[in-house]
Amino acid sequence: MVEQLPKARSIEELERIAREVRKDIIRVTSAAGSGHPGGSLSSADILTALYFRLLKNDPDNPRWPGRDKFILSKGHAAPCYYSVLAEAGYFSKDELMTLRKLGSRMQGHAHTDVPGVEVSTGSLGQGLSIANGFSLASRLDGSDRRIVALLSDGENDEGQTWEAAMFASFRKLDNITVFVDRNGIQNDGFTRQILDTSPLEDKWRAFGWHVIVIDGHSMKEIVDAYTESLSIKGKPTAIIANTVKGKGVSFMENNVAFHGKAPNSEETVRALAELDGAGVGK
Amino acid sequence: MSAQQAKLASQRKEYGRALVEIGGKNSDLVVLDADLSVSTRTGEFGKAYPERFFNCGVSEANMVTTAAGLAMSGKLVFASTFAVFATGLTYNQIRQSVAYPRTNVKIAASHAGLSVGPDGATHQMLEDIGLMRGLPGMTVVVPADASETYAATYALASMDGPAYMRFSRSDVPVLEQKNEFRLGEGSLVRDGSDITFIACGQLVYSCLSAAEKLSLSGVDAAVVNMSTVKPLDARLVEKMARRTGAIVTAEEHSVVNGLGDAVCAAAASAYPVPVVKVGTQDTFGESGEAAELLVKYGLSTEGAVQAAERALVLKRRLN
Repeated sequence: MVEQLPKARSIEELERIAREVRKDIIRVTSAAGSGHPGGSLSSADILTALYFRLLKNDPDNPRWPGRDKFILSKGHAAPCYYSVLAEAGYFSKDELMTLRKLGSRMQGHAHTDVPGVEVSTGSLGQGLSIANGFSLASRLDGSDRRIVALLSDGENDEGQTWEAAMFASFRKLDNITVFVDRNGIQNDGFTRQILDTSPLEDKWRAFGWHVIVIDGHSMKEIVDAYTESLSIKGKPTAIIANTVKGKGVSFMENNVAFHGKAPNSEETVRALAELDGAGVGK
Repeated sequence: MSAQQAKLASQRKEYGRALVEIGGKNSDLVVLDADLSVSTRTGEFGKAYPERFFNCGVSEANMVTTAAGLAMSGKLVFASTFAVFATGLTYNQIRQSVAYPRTNVKIAASHAGLSVGPDGATHQMLEDIGLMRGLPGMTVVVPADASETYAATYALASMDGPAYMRFSRSDVPVLEQKNEFRLGEGSLVRDGSDITFIACGQLVYSCLSAAEKLSLSGVDAAVVNMSTVKPLDARLVEKMARRTGAIVTAEEHSVVNGLGDAVCAAAASAYPVPVVKVGTQDTFGESGEAAELLVKYGLSTEGAVQAAERALVLKRRLN
């Protein structure tokens, strides 16, 4: 089987695609009238880099056996996940607009009926354990596939995340790369006020992980950290990505309200205009 | 047929033996445990196939979800611990990662019910059947004795999809009257015309003893071993409701949400007859020896006889 890495896109190209993804996120949550735009926008750069440069994947053949496996543990970022998959060609962008509608495959939280979605998620804290299962199976099968999970900031509150983190390092599951989307906001407010998980780097390190801290909106840092993770032997890697909730839309950035609320029509127009403007001259 | 004469055998041992055998034939079988592998007997598999056995430590949530990840990758996975942890501590993990995606995970739990004994109420799981049968697509199996546990392990290994099986810590009576185990089918282990016992687990034996006792007073009782609680053999329930006009259910489980409620629902929608449920009456257990506890809480031959007498009174009133 040939290596099915996506075309080696430049950093600039990735940035352009991420802007399109952000616009999709705004459009689909607006059309749905509900959803989680904040945490979708904060994950947009990581997910774009994964599907357009880093993960072995094939949009024409989503179940291609040679693929790397990705788990969106923060299943509420489905608008971002679906937008990235649609941009990558897994399904039509028209279908994106049916998000959260009765009869649509585009379920409110990540769902495997959507082409390219590996695991149905939603209840937080389970993704890393799924990754452990994928990792053990790959090891048993002698496969060199990479297992990647994207966790939310708030998921570090879940005890299961730490059960799974302990298990992964104890079993030396070095085929796992975790991204933690540290946007600093959970449902009820800022994490530092609800349940402060800092010092997060020290915690993951103490659990036996190789830890890399990056700017989660720098394509170069995302690509470099992931590439570094591939070379780490004997332990799994956690990339703690410092991000901004609502990134790319001024009035959504660091705004707790947009964790679980869709933009209204006026906000949608403003958001799209801002995102369009951000691309000008680039 | 009295309790004194009952031959006892271990369900756990038969579960462990079956796993080792299946592991020899199926290299996709992977077994997980959560630090109770000596008690659940999965340790036997671990000795035979260490590369396919993962002790997850006291991390049941991670165990169940890791099992799901393995199953999504094409493995046949059995995950074991005590029933209280296997279902109560991991309900949401089973719901989202096992039942919802219909993964090929078999949760096989030992130490179900009151017969856990001296460890007391925290370890005596009496609500697990209810938790598991409420999940869409979940198969729920409660084998009646040791050899049926062995057969059920094979049956679960060859079916595709999520399943829960629970069995006892203590050795349970060996059933002499028994048919071949078939997933999804109840089996009539004693025919009768006046009343039907529908039981699972070791209460099948108690009901056979109760039927024997009732025959002395001229009551002709049938006994069904309903070892698959879900999907329930509703046709057999209806058939026996029509034939005998009264039902007693019996299980080492709460009367809330267990086999009894499943049978009530099946009878009510097909051929309503009086149903009296033997089980714990919406209460927790306590420390004591297994046999003492079963008697105290009415999960016994005597309890089954009394329930039958009540059901027969109800049946007469209706006629």
